[in-house]
Amino acid sequence: MIVARSVLPSCMTRKIRLSVCFSIASICLAGALNGCNSADETLAEPTPVGGPPLMRRLTESQYRATIADIFSAEIPIAARFERGVRADGLLAIGTSEAGMSPFSIEQYDAAARSVASAVVSEQWRKQLVPCRPQSETVFDEGCATAFVEHYAPRLMRRTLSTQELQPYIELVRRGHRQLDNFYEGLKFALIGMMMSPEFLLRIENTEPDTEMPGLYQLDDFSRATRLSYFLTNSTPDSELLRAAAAGELKTREGLAGQVDRLIASPRFEDGVRAFFTDMLEFELFDDLAKDPVIYPAFNSQVAAEAQEQILLTITDQLIGRNADYRDLFITRDTYLTRDLGIVYRLPVATRKGWEKSEFPQDTGRAGIHTTIGFLALHSHPGRSSPTLRGKAIREVFLCQEVPDPPPNVNFSVVQEPTSTNMPTARDRLEEHRTQAACAGCHKIMDPLGLTLENFDGLGAYRTRENGAPIDSSGSLDGTEFNTAEGLAQALHDHPETPRCLVEKMYRFAVGRDTVWEERPYMDYLVKMFEAESYRVPELMRTIVLSRNFFAISGVRQYGGEFQNAGLNIPMEETP
Amino acid sequence: MKNLSRRTVLRGALKGAGVGVALPFLNCFLDDSGKAFAGTGQRLPMRFGTWIWGCGFIPELWIPASTGTDYELPAHLLPLEPYRDRLALLSGFDVKLDGVPNKPHITGCFGLRTGIPVPDSNVKAPTIDVLVSDAIGRNTRFKSLEISTSGIQRSYSYRSAGSPNPSEISPIALYERIFGEGFQDPGAASFKPDTQDMIHHSVLSAVSDDRHRLMNVVGAEDRARLDEFFTSIRQLEQQIALQLEPPAPIENFVKPDAPPQLTLDSEMGNVMETHRIMAGLLAKALQCNQTRVFNVLFSDTTSNLRRPGTTTTHHTLTHEEPLDPELGHQREVAWFARESMVAWREFLDELAGIPEGDGTLLDNCLVLAHSDCSIAKAHAVEGIPTMIAGGGGLLRTGVHLAGKGDPISRVGLTVQQAMGLQVERWGSLSMETNRTITELLS
Repeated sequence: MIVARSVLPSCMTRKIRLSVCFSIASICLAGALNGCNSADETLAEPTPVGGPPLMRRLTESQYRATIADIFSAEIPIAARFERGVRADGLLAIGTSEAGMSPFSIEQYDAAARSVASAVVSEQWRKQLVPCRPQSETVFDEGCATAFVEHYAPRLMRRTLSTQELQPYIELVRRGHRQLDNFYEGLKFALIGMMMSPEFLLRIENTEPDTEMPGLYQLDDFSRATRLSYFLTNSTPDSELLRAAAAGELKTREGLAGQVDRLIASPRFEDGVRAFFTDMLEFELFDDLAKDPVIYPAFNSQVAAEAQEQILLTITDQLIGRNADYRDLFITRDTYLTRDLGIVYRLPVATRKGWEKSEFPQDTGRAGIHTTIGFLALHSHPGRSSPTLRGKAIREVFLCQEVPDPPPNVNFSVVQEPTSTNMPTARDRLEEHRTQAACAGCHKIMDPLGLTLENFDGLGAYRTRENGAPIDSSGSLDGTEFNTAEGLAQALHDHPETPRCLVEKMYRFAVGRDTVWEERPYMDYLVKMFEAESYRVPELMRTIVLSRNFFAISGVRQYGGEFQNAGLNIPMEETP
Repeated sequence: MKNLSRRTVLRGALKGAGVGVALPFLNCFLDDSGKAFAGTGQRLPMRFGTWIWGCGFIPELWIPASTGTDYELPAHLLPLEPYRDRLALLSGFDVKLDGVPNKPHITGCFGLRTGIPVPDSNVKAPTIDVLVSDAIGRNTRFKSLEISTSGIQRSYSYRSAGSPNPSEISPIALYERIFGEGFQDPGAASFKPDTQDMIHHSVLSAVSDDRHRLMNVVGAEDRARLDEFFTSIRQLEQQIALQLEPPAPIENFVKPDAPPQLTLDSEMGNVMETHRIMAGLLAKALQCNQTRVFNVLFSDTTSNLRRPGTTTTHHTLTHEEPLDPELGHQREVAWFARESMVAWREFLDELAGIPEGDGTLLDNCLVLAHSDCSIAKAHAVEGIPTMIAGGGGLLRTGVHLAGKGDPISRVGLTVQQAMGLQVERWGSLSMETNRTITELLS
């Protein structure tokens, strides 16, 4: 079913792949700078397009938050989660593509057993088991039913029929019979629920859109789930499940009420943190190694605090102060611990924990991209890398994809870093400009990264490399500067900066790449973001209140009709 | 029947028909050889594994000057002298790109392992180890075990693009997973099944009861993912079912002690130590049939190995270190390349150190060792260095073969056939092949 759709011409070129940069760097940059001149100046949402219904794996942080919300934050989760799959630049999109290896199931099983054991333990049962059995050794059907009725809908994020609850009540009975202990029965029923695909996967269900014939939309509970994991990175709370069951998420007022409630709640911060953790690729810290001889100040504590420093700054700016998103690139406000203070060479009075601080003006440090959580992450183990840093700025903050180097390049002209002929990274990278195959892309990456050369491979401030003074001049798409602050301002002012955020935020929210037909919708979101003075909570609100957020298209992204979830599709049995 | 040798059968099946056929262990033949039976009377299983090192080799220091059996070991293979007769060296086999962009260090590795070149990590077919584990790994506690020894949390074992099998990077975590909770010590004096395990097993069966309903509510692509979910659930059921039976006795098995806390990073000395310990644990796991398939990532394909106090990693050195005018190659890069072969020797030491039947564990393993490229500086995927170790008489060793530019999928095909898979042709486009490497058939 193809829906008639607005075919407004749009100048939007998303995910600019700088693939022609080898030869014509200037042209593709001009394209990136073009901006949008759509004639459509109104701020009405275009006709919804939507995408296919998805089946998304819970991320580790979502799993943990969900368990904490349903049971208690103190319930131990004894499992090792594997790293998520990054697809189209986001782990959130990877959750729609990730499989389920035997290792994953083994670990989910370990997690379920540790949680269930704790829930029914003597320590917790008073608080977490909603009824008292008559005796531990006698099967209490009423209590078994109450337990299953309490937890199954919360874990599976929907109401379940009596018939659907029955197998779990049976598990309580069987467990009790074989182990002669009622609580053991409850434990195994809970393990069963926690191993259900309906808990571990967010399986989206659809129904026909009553207002837009031919379109589908998410059903009530799938709406609640999509909304909740986006805004709070956790499972729908009981109020949201109640609203979903009552059909309130299908009315504008009902939805807005829930959205405003969630955005105002302390859990909203977790949604914002989850997005930036994904956008900033913090999972790369797991692999990050620094040479302890060269960077003795680096350790796993510093690595963890470097991430937290950025997240604290982001939540303080974006939620606490409701600041303009672009201020993240120029702010000198930050948070420090003692350990971080050693790297930044700033005094920290607080012995343990965090304190508000400010980067001094003289180091040029301004913006989250000048903190060690960015600088150390995009460097080599033993030295900085203007190229890696430039590439990361392009990809993370501007949504511009920089191609891999051509396979057969002789880099040896770039020379050893300790060479006295070429003491600084700038000297060494200068060589790239003489090689046509390198010059195009390095022109796109290096001028950004060279501006950050006053920060070494860990992110500590320096003025010299191998004894030679560092020249930190650079440029970004036509704007010239000679300090890190200049780069900060250029990033703040770059037209792609807010657009990139909008795009990543939307893709994060829906767990898929945008489709071609969504270009007018993306333009709409960008304009709304601008109209709301680049406030991120407002952007998130706009996204979830838009009709496109819950819309399901009849056409798959790559053509071909998807088989709608509401219909009964004959299934091929796999042997 | 008694007059047939197993060899004859293999040769006849593979050479004669020109197609791959399953090469099962035939009891009557094995009985004759007497080698495939443990003292317990149980047949010794064949195991399969891969061992990857990153950033290729220095060709003139690795490729023997002549082919066949009488070659002289070049400098970088000298550490492997003790295993000369147990190794097949394969040089000159290429990943064919067919116009697919060569993603440095990725395309070569996945091309070799899936028979299909890809421009990123989005593999288009399962990697060879997954194919083998589907065939031989279903009845063991773990379908396969993956380890990575340089602190990098990844593997090159993929069922599909979204479904990698993650590596263990910590020896302690690996130990806990294998020998911790749920491990049945074959040397234990008594056995009593745990009632908890019985219920646990029925809980998982109950989860699978939902399969039919859920498969009906998702689209075609997600159906494959859901199917994988339930397959993994079944694997776990199998794991628990094994705990309900007394473990088969294993000759000479002693449960290893827990490993010490090590520094897990990419400094070469630490990596060598981590690798030795994890290889030892893996060998023990293989010995007592916890798994039959394994994947070892000694160093990542963009090798982050480094020497203490140096600014540049192995991978970066391959691109930036100038050629030493006297040596004619990159001096530092060569050091890492040689050390990688020392690590490979140490891996084989662990397998060969465990007696099994009238040989060693290595005799009952077929290990495919390979890199991601040949000359890392150029990211060349032509002539990726590859070795086969052990082979249990299924494949010929002690030989150097030159591929002369043949598709490297011939190696994958031959290995699968040797492991008994019913596969006639493998790979796609220029890498599609039905040409078993008959020189490897003993």
